Amino acid sequence: MSIVTNPKEKPATVVGAAATYVDDRLASASFTKRLLDKVFPDHWSFMLGEIALYSFIILLLSGVYLTLWFNPSMTEVIYNGSYMPLKGVKMSEAFNSTLHISFDVRGGLLIRQIHHWAALFFVAAVSVHLLRVFFTGAFRKPREINWVIGTGLLVLAILEGFAGYSLPDDLLSGTGLRIAEGIMQAVPLVGTYVAMFVFGGEFPGNDFMPRLYAVHILLIPGILLGLVTVHLIMVFYQKHTQFAGPGRTESNVVGYRLYPVYMAKAGGFFFVVFGITALIAGLVSINPIWLYGPYTPAQVSAGSQPDWYIGWLDGAVRLTPNWETTALGHTISWNLLIPALIVPGIMFTLLGLYPWIEAWITGDKREHHILDRPRNAATRTSLGVMALSFYGILWISGGNDIIATQFNLAINTITWTFRALIFIVPPIAFVITKRICLGLQRRDQDKLLHGYETGQILRLPHGEFIEIHAPISDEEKAVLLSKQDIAPLALAPSADASGVRNPKGLTGKIRGRLSNWYFADNVAVPSDEELRAAAEHAEHQLHAAAEQGAISGH
Amino acid sequence: MNEIETTSNEPYGSAEGKDLVSGRPVFPLKHHEPRRADIDPKAAKRAERQVSAMFAASSALLMAFVVAYVKVPSDSLVQIPGLGTVGTSQVLLGLCFGLGILLIGLGAIHWAKKLMTDVEVTQERHALTSTQEERDEVAAIVKRGAAESGFGQHKLIRRTLLGALALFPVPLVVLLRDLGPMPGTRLRSTIWTKNIHIVTDATYQKIKASDIPVGGLVNAVPANLLEIEEADGNINARGKASIILVRMDPSEIVSQQGDGWDYQGIVAYSKICTHVGCPISLYQQRTHHLLCPCHQSTFDLADSGNVVFGPAARRMPQLAITVDSEGFLVAQGDFEEPVGPSFWERG
Repeated sequence: MSIVTNPKEKPATVVGAAATYVDDRLASASFTKRLLDKVFPDHWSFMLGEIALYSFIILLLSGVYLTLWFNPSMTEVIYNGSYMPLKGVKMSEAFNSTLHISFDVRGGLLIRQIHHWAALFFVAAVSVHLLRVFFTGAFRKPREINWVIGTGLLVLAILEGFAGYSLPDDLLSGTGLRIAEGIMQAVPLVGTYVAMFVFGGEFPGNDFMPRLYAVHILLIPGILLGLVTVHLIMVFYQKHTQFAGPGRTESNVVGYRLYPVYMAKAGGFFFVVFGITALIAGLVSINPIWLYGPYTPAQVSAGSQPDWYIGWLDGAVRLTPNWETTALGHTISWNLLIPALIVPGIMFTLLGLYPWIEAWITGDKREHHILDRPRNAATRTSLGVMALSFYGILWISGGNDIIATQFNLAINTITWTFRALIFIVPPIAFVITKRICLGLQRRDQDKLLHGYETGQILRLPHGEFIEIHAPISDEEKAVLLSKQDIAPLALAPSADASGVRNPKGLTGKIRGRLSNWYFADNVAVPSDEELRAAAEHAEHQLHAAAEQGAISGH
Repeated sequence: MNEIETTSNEPYGSAEGKDLVSGRPVFPLKHHEPRRADIDPKAAKRAERQVSAMFAASSALLMAFVVAYVKVPSDSLVQIPGLGTVGTSQVLLGLCFGLGILLIGLGAIHWAKKLMTDVEVTQERHALTSTQEERDEVAAIVKRGAAESGFGQHKLIRRTLLGALALFPVPLVVLLRDLGPMPGTRLRSTIWTKNIHIVTDATYQKIKASDIPVGGLVNAVPANLLEIEEADGNINARGKASIILVRMDPSEIVSQQGDGWDYQGIVAYSKICTHVGCPISLYQQRTHHLLCPCHQSTFDLADSGNVVFGPAARRMPQLAITVDSEGFLVAQGDFEEPVGPSFWERG
């Protein structure tokens, strides 16, 4: 084989020369072309993932700064820094160095607070981004794999946040670690071994902080960075989903090119997120560990609250009744296993598997690039709201002591109320959401068939009053007609005509039932005939109105 | 990649047309409406000035950051309404840096929105599935490789390889063994032993029974805690041996975990919650209830430390106490049951 070089022009500019140099070695021109010309659709909700990404970058940047001064050692020292109230107090080197960053490194507190605020925003942005993807059905084929990666990112983000929160070895975070250790001990069979190995002996020991530090600054961020990269490459390769609208189809993307519009918008948005985080970090105190004091296993302050993303777990632990079984010389602490391991395990498993569960129920195996309007997927939306209400009640329960003191209520009453509400509210939330969705579907159908209400009232010759409806715009039609109706799966017969039992009879039946339940009460999009008939009728009405002179000029 | 592009000037499909994939009706892209800055050079000039003003202000703020860093002492405080007393340096640095970079972002976005094109572009998606031929080729390559290596043919190689690979993680797991000690019985005992003095938590003073009034509460630890160096687990020992002493009228004591475990109405209970290990100290004198601030487990100290509410499943372990010849409180021995949260081997 011989290498053929076709004659090329000599670049005129420095940028051109540099690009030529790289291209001569990597043939990067075709990729660069695709990259720069890449079209992204525009919608405010697509910025949620961006906020998550930018918060992550801010965390990496500010985290590197903190490592320059932070020392994760449990060696006991006497504080001698410039924060007077703690002078002479015994504390770990971890706590001491965190105070040093906060009071004796110029701008150190700003970086620390940027890091903490960015962590709070990161988990929040990941969560809300997940909700956006869920409620618009963006997780459907072909994006199921990216959904699972996203679920993994959420779990890792929560763990990473908790690890970082625990590092300063203050009274509040130490209490959180004590709880985490208690939960480890509750694991059947291996619990005590896990706890002893993780902590290098009994709690708190001297080994754990340096280990947690390695996990927090290397292990989890490394995995996060890898998964975020894969997540983005998949978004890039599969192209972004888009909302329905004029010109939008399943086989195209309508929006603006990466270069220059999105480079300016997305690049600018990074600075906006960073700027707002820095402003909040400069003005609003977060995690003032000097007020909590150094950790000691014999103290805890009343009203202890974890960071917001741990609240639901703490709430679940607070709500679970005191179930424990002892048999054959062994103890199973259901009061910890259920809220801290079993329930979160089920929640995250269902979350990760949801794309396949829904596709199995609906039988919809097609590719989707046009997003669902949440109302049009009424059952999915209701399931989502139901799950959210479950999460919300757990989260509020995490503050049951705060509610008790703020509203002067008995803690027992509040706890029992939430124990009841955790079972009562989610089904109610499901039903109400479903009804709202169906109502909105009906309104959309009405708009398509009868147009919108103009507010003009017309009296007909025989005395009847009618309101004139005008047809909706093409833009709105494109949105409303984007709803797709799928027929529910048929119930599989349990036996065929000659009486042979269907081997898939039971699963088929369950699947058919679920499918019928999923699509129940769906308000179908009007057919072409119905739309035509409605258009003719409207024409008629307008005609009648014009004759009356009510809307002359139309 | 088969990315064909059309601009909005050439509408995609028509109102009568249907999306070939989904069957949805396709409407033409909205006609592009020019913005003020597109047609009015004055408006364009104004937008240009706004964007560059933001970038210039950003530069000024970032320089101000450096000045504030050098000039403002880190211990100076300032009163700001709504924020209270805050560090001057912290607030100034935050404002300069935050606003400085925020303006870079706002400038760039303003530039994109006012001056860069807002004509929507349509790009075709490419197929996210391979053709049957491509799949067949891959399958053929995999089969060819299997045949060339003889993986299917040499059973002995295959089995020994799988065996070796299965054992590969074993050393990696074994290496973790020295992360910590075996649990043994270390969760079952504390450093309390017979005749160890009960001393106050903070100042390590011996306690006389008469020092505690009825209704009083004292946080206490064993005197031998002081003999343990920090490196040898002083904090670990404290995490298990901390107790609270509560004095009540002897007639108020409904029950105890052992006969004569109190001393004249002074009872000693573990301070470590049996739920998940938080130290408890919210004591209500009137009801003799002890409430854990972490998960609100409530124990009745007048009634053997039994659970009256919350997620804890076990009573608080009681420490039997008495006094020495000089009248100082001492322990009768260690706890008779493990303190702190439950574990599998606890029984």
